[in-house]
Amino acid sequence: MTESTYRIQGATGEWEVVIGLEVHAQVTSQAKLFSGAATAFGAEPNTQVSLIDAAMPGMLPVPNKECIRQAVRTGMAIEAQINKWSRFDRKNYFYADLPQGYQISQLYHPLVGEGAIEVTLDEKDPDSPTKRIGIERIHVEQDAGKLMHDQHPTRSYVDLNRSGVALMEIVSRPDMRSPAEAGAYVKKLRSILRYVGSCDGNMEEGSMRADVNVSVRKPGEPFGTRTETKNVNSVRFVMAVVEIEARRQVDVIEDGGKVVQETRLYDPDRNETRSMRSKEDAHDYRYFPDPDLLPLELDDAFLEECRASLPELPDAKRKRYEGELGLTAYAAAVLTAEAETARWYEALLDACGDAGMAKAASNWLISDLFGALNRLGKDIDDSPVSPRQGAELLKLVADGTLSGSLAKQVFEIMLETGDDPAKIVEEKGLKQTSDTGAIEEVIAKVLADNADKVEQYKGGKEALFGFFVGQTMKAMAGKANPQVVNELLRKALS
Amino acid sequence: MAELTDLGIAAIRDGVRDGEFSAREVAQAFIDRVAAAKALNAFLVETPDHALKAADAADAARASGDLKPMSGVPIGMKDLFCTEGVPTTAASGILAGFTPTYESTVSANLWAAGAGMLGKLNLDQFAMGSSNETSAFGNVISPWRRNDGGNAALAPGGSSGGSSSAISARLCPAATGTDTGGSIRQPAAFVGISGIKPTYGRCSRWGVVAFASSLDQAGAMAHDVTDCAIMLGAMAGFDPKDSTSLDLPVPDWAGSLSGSLKGKTVGIPKEYRVDGMPAEIEMLWEQGIAWLKDAGAEVVEVSLPHTRYALPAYYIIAPAEASSNLARYDGVRYGLRDLPDGAGLQDMYAATRAAGFGPEVKRRIMIGTYVLSAGFYDAYYNQAQKVRALIARDFEAAWERCDLLLTPTAPSAAFALGEKQADPLAMYLNDVFTVPASLAGLPAMSVPGGLDAQGLPLGLQIIGKPLDEQGVLDAGLAIEQRAGFSARPEQWW
Repeated sequence: MTESTYRIQGATGEWEVVIGLEVHAQVTSQAKLFSGAATAFGAEPNTQVSLIDAAMPGMLPVPNKECIRQAVRTGMAIEAQINKWSRFDRKNYFYADLPQGYQISQLYHPLVGEGAIEVTLDEKDPDSPTKRIGIERIHVEQDAGKLMHDQHPTRSYVDLNRSGVALMEIVSRPDMRSPAEAGAYVKKLRSILRYVGSCDGNMEEGSMRADVNVSVRKPGEPFGTRTETKNVNSVRFVMAVVEIEARRQVDVIEDGGKVVQETRLYDPDRNETRSMRSKEDAHDYRYFPDPDLLPLELDDAFLEECRASLPELPDAKRKRYEGELGLTAYAAAVLTAEAETARWYEALLDACGDAGMAKAASNWLISDLFGALNRLGKDIDDSPVSPRQGAELLKLVADGTLSGSLAKQVFEIMLETGDDPAKIVEEKGLKQTSDTGAIEEVIAKVLADNADKVEQYKGGKEALFGFFVGQTMKAMAGKANPQVVNELLRKALS
Repeated sequence: MAELTDLGIAAIRDGVRDGEFSAREVAQAFIDRVAAAKALNAFLVETPDHALKAADAADAARASGDLKPMSGVPIGMKDLFCTEGVPTTAASGILAGFTPTYESTVSANLWAAGAGMLGKLNLDQFAMGSSNETSAFGNVISPWRRNDGGNAALAPGGSSGGSSSAISARLCPAATGTDTGGSIRQPAAFVGISGIKPTYGRCSRWGVVAFASSLDQAGAMAHDVTDCAIMLGAMAGFDPKDSTSLDLPVPDWAGSLSGSLKGKTVGIPKEYRVDGMPAEIEMLWEQGIAWLKDAGAEVVEVSLPHTRYALPAYYIIAPAEASSNLARYDGVRYGLRDLPDGAGLQDMYAATRAAGFGPEVKRRIMIGTYVLSAGFYDAYYNQAQKVRALIARDFEAAWERCDLLLTPTAPSAAFALGEKQADPLAMYLNDVFTVPASLAGLPAMSVPGGLDAQGLPLGLQIIGKPLDEQGVLDAGLAIEQRAGFSARPEQWW
């Protein structure tokens, strides 16, 4: 573990920030936590609401096994203790988006206990420090509905589509000490969730959001009073909240005030946090075990199935890419950061059919494909070029059919047309030539046209070799095999 | 021939099967009798069409030889069960105008077994009460009168007071009840009928308006033990929509019914001899012991040492759960909404709930909110849960010495309406004998044993081991056969 050196400069000296995050992650599942209603994002209001979600009289919750399974798999992915006996509690409060008048959650006996994840502050830098962030627990709970205040001049409307959707609340230890660490934690957590497939990690759509707990202290002193900024919905905002909230708290203390334990809201437009409610008017949630539900008891067969269904996780994958495939730490980190990238890379390598091409494939994906996708504003999942096509292109380079520069041309055409590289090479005549006779003819002409340079070269100015290569390639419109050109030129000049 | 409305489930079933009368004739006879009994205020909604439709189906089924266990039997449905297309209020103003789009599992099971519905029965509001005086739609009146020549209106018991009154007055041959702390057994005892609460989890709670989820259990109320067995068999069964439902087959209770208790040991819990219990109830209890011995049972005294803590624990746990279960009645989605001019959300909640809930419901919501609140949770709710575990352990220890327990059902006969209303604690004491079995989730039933000096029925309670409804029903039958209880209220309404 490395000590963070992030400090806030105050009038009275340096301050350290202490951060804990509660991440709410929507469980990927066709149905809600306790009802059969669908969970698709963006549906018309109140079209995904069962009698249970609307809390009609006499309706009862029945746990959705898939939601439990996803939370258990997530727990296993963070190497956490899985509690074979857990229980649902009711959190009681009145609000119009909460039809039951209580949220079914887990306070006393959560499904997942103590775990941890390892974060790298700068994933692109192989020498960047790593840090273990403790996770206190993961519990499963229902989401609430949504209030809409902009539909009518004097009334509010309620959309219950989200009501009852399964959430995992992933509670970290107060182990983070800088905005960068908080950002890296959220990114890494999102990456793991997406690998596991238990949450799509889509922060824009609200499937993942964080409550950011921040306090400040003089280094070495006990924890200060914390504030909790609710529902922060991007990595960038999480980092911003830490920064401005820590600054605000330092200013409050240094101005002789006290930090109040309270709930705050982040306003991204003004980049400030605002008080929502203080501890004094906090709810008394009257938690108690939900009498409609039996304790959740997991058997070994279920746990084994959960474990067996876990994919290779990012840390393990990264190490394997470095160790077995011989990729650089940088490349391994980039390729494994997102499940989709790793999946694409592995499909590409499969299609190549030769582990020896791992590096070439990695280089091409990171520079050429990522470059192109960036330019086109597309995700890797919407890539116009498939892994199979990418592999074909790489094979054409490996077997000498295409030079590097020809391959780039072919790739551009692939992006435009979606055609297979072999077809493009055929149609556009972009095939690289290794025909020694043709190359020798061109070389002879280049040398004849540049007799003065030949003299200089032979006189010791060996740097001119590149000039001859360039001229030859230019005369052959780039289609000559550069290796063959090199060989023949050397021979001709010797 | 006796009046059709004097018949119970088995007699109606057999008569329809044998062609003595049609199911339609039966249904019509009860429909007419219900319509003429408004003075009892037992029915909140009458549904003659539902009863007639089921009757016609039964008559058609008879023609094709396809009769079901309750074909042609019109019953009453406690208005705590949601019934599709029929208003369901739990006798509360807050659900005024609410008509479910769904059918509770228990009522659906009964319709599938061939039964029809005469109507929805009045009850204590949200099943909170022991006298049926907390209904938003008026008290239910017992058909019974004291033999002192006075005509004080008596309580039919509660919360299933509409059910008990209607059966006793022969407005229906049987009715559903629900029992959270005695709400089937005590009213059955007050009007001289039989009623059984099965093991917690036997009957699905899906579609039953919740009072206290860990205690609520539906059951059958009828004239005799056989009818209770038939009806409970039709109601019970595993329901995947209720997580607390028992995934077990339903035994053929009616088919296996036997009044012989040879080889059975009946325990008499000494802690149930409470101070101030009327001598008549003591005597009836002794009589019950004699009857069970006569049926072949061995009788032993047992101890249930934590009995005295049962009532206080119950009146913490049940209100705690109720305070949360009733939070959904907020005026937002259905039922009553009181939205004063310019009101915000909190004002709407306050106004709606103030107007919609009756005083007893409010009292229990407040008690429940208090016992769950920060700083009091451990002292009340948690402590009550520990007591509950000890009570269950008491019963487990008793089962090592006996198979069944015999106790009085209630510490008194029916009281007059208004008599105990001023003192909620006196009212809660009615449940003193019924609450322990509820806390332990055990099957228990009340059967009529005799009349007191005022001519009012008294009941005996049999409590069984988990899942041993058969043992409970058999002992009930043994008492029924020996008690020969045939008293019925004179018709004054």
